Amino acid sequence: MSQQIVIVNTGCANISSVKFAIERLGVNVAVSDDLKTIQCADKIFLPGVGSANAAMASIEKKQLTACIQSLSQPVLGICLGMQLMVESSEESLTGKTQCLGLIPGTVNRMQTGELRLPHMGWNTVKPIGDAPLFKGLDDNSYFYFVHSFAVAVSEYTMASCEYALPFSAALHKDNFFGVQFHPERSSDAGAQLLKNFIQL
Amino acid sequence: MLARRIIPCLDVKDGKVVKGVKFRNHEIMGDIVPLAEKYAQQGADELVFYDITASSDQRVVDKSWVTRIAEVIDIPFCVAGGIKTIEDAGKILEMGADKISVNSPALADPQLITRLHDTYGQQCVVVGIDSFYNEETGQYQVHQYTGDESRTQVTAWQTADWVKEVQARGAGEIVLNCMNQDGVRKGYDLAQLSAIRSSSKVPLIASGGAGKSSHFKDVFEQADVDGALAASVFHKGVIPIPDLKAYLRQNNVAIRD
Repeated sequence: MSQQIVIVNTGCANISSVKFAIERLGVNVAVSDDLKTIQCADKIFLPGVGSANAAMASIEKKQLTACIQSLSQPVLGICLGMQLMVESSEESLTGKTQCLGLIPGTVNRMQTGELRLPHMGWNTVKPIGDAPLFKGLDDNSYFYFVHSFAVAVSEYTMASCEYALPFSAALHKDNFFGVQFHPERSSDAGAQLLKNFIQL
Repeated sequence: MLARRIIPCLDVKDGKVVKGVKFRNHEIMGDIVPLAEKYAQQGADELVFYDITASSDQRVVDKSWVTRIAEVIDIPFCVAGGIKTIEDAGKILEMGADKISVNSPALADPQLITRLHDTYGQQCVVVGIDSFYNEETGQYQVHQYTGDESRTQVTAWQTADWVKEVQARGAGEIVLNCMNQDGVRKGYDLAQLSAIRSSSKVPLIASGGAGKSSHFKDVFEQADVDGALAASVFHKGVIPIPDLKAYLRQNNVAIRD
């Protein structure tokens, strides 16, 4: 039986890139902000680019907060989508943006010293232990990043990356997974990671 | 470790990839999608599509090719040319482009950068700058409308000042095209890029002058740029991308496998 795969329509700009990347794997995918469709899906993607406050405002406006929080099937947050999974973000117009609280942690502006921000380009990612999303991928595979905010390394870090300081390249708690990089734009490594998630 | 980026730039006119000398005598090189796919497969880290249809006339330009690229390409890409409003940018981003690049319209209305930043986020706002070294005055000056010789003009901006201004307004990346070097293939303008590097807190991409592999090594080592953009050396097969990447790796430049 084929799976129902849904991309939550967060109203952000990279939704079509994520959709095309999943379709390149030969898998059907729907884009939806309908509660029932999201709840009934086997696998769910939570994409996002832009700012945390704008994305959370969009999710709240669509009344999706409680729906996403109650999901028990695998959910993969991508880039800003991952950042929305933790408790709060420093990226805010008011000092702090309340996020979905699916994984403990906070999003802070990266402290990079002399290095440039945004952290933009291909960087190496080191999975920790036996991370299922990184099955079949070499340690230190390159993935494509674009961000200025990040989640520090914690017990929920599934893979780490370093840019001046180490940060969480991927997070995992229970059914919630998140990646700070863009697998949809990370060539073969990204395709393998998306495939691993779909096959969970 | 963050890798340095190799970025082929493809000029697009009426949905085809073209090459020409100073925007004239365009020769069609082929369809966009297969050429873009070829570069992605060869290991390009990112692609820039410069729509010259948009830059040289006023009519509404068909950008449906952006979707066709997004469907097949699994590396990031940026679309430049003719983006004058946040609506123009929004359509291109919705079609699947990762970044949009503005140049002359940002000079005409610097607020455009602010609005793009506030609407879509810093990560997708690239500002292209055409900089010319005036030997008489010893100054780097920003030029506008360089896509059309009859309209090209010198602006009041000195390059270093414009670089600071676009960052203050929310640019996420700067592509510095050094006009004196453009098309000459004698190497990137290391002096200018090094000077601009020190005032650029966002990623800086070098453009103009690549002729051989050592030029890429020099610009990464000496000007510390984040990426190097080139067109003709890739299109004409002067430098195959896999060879270039192998050469840079041998010389200890951080390059993606």
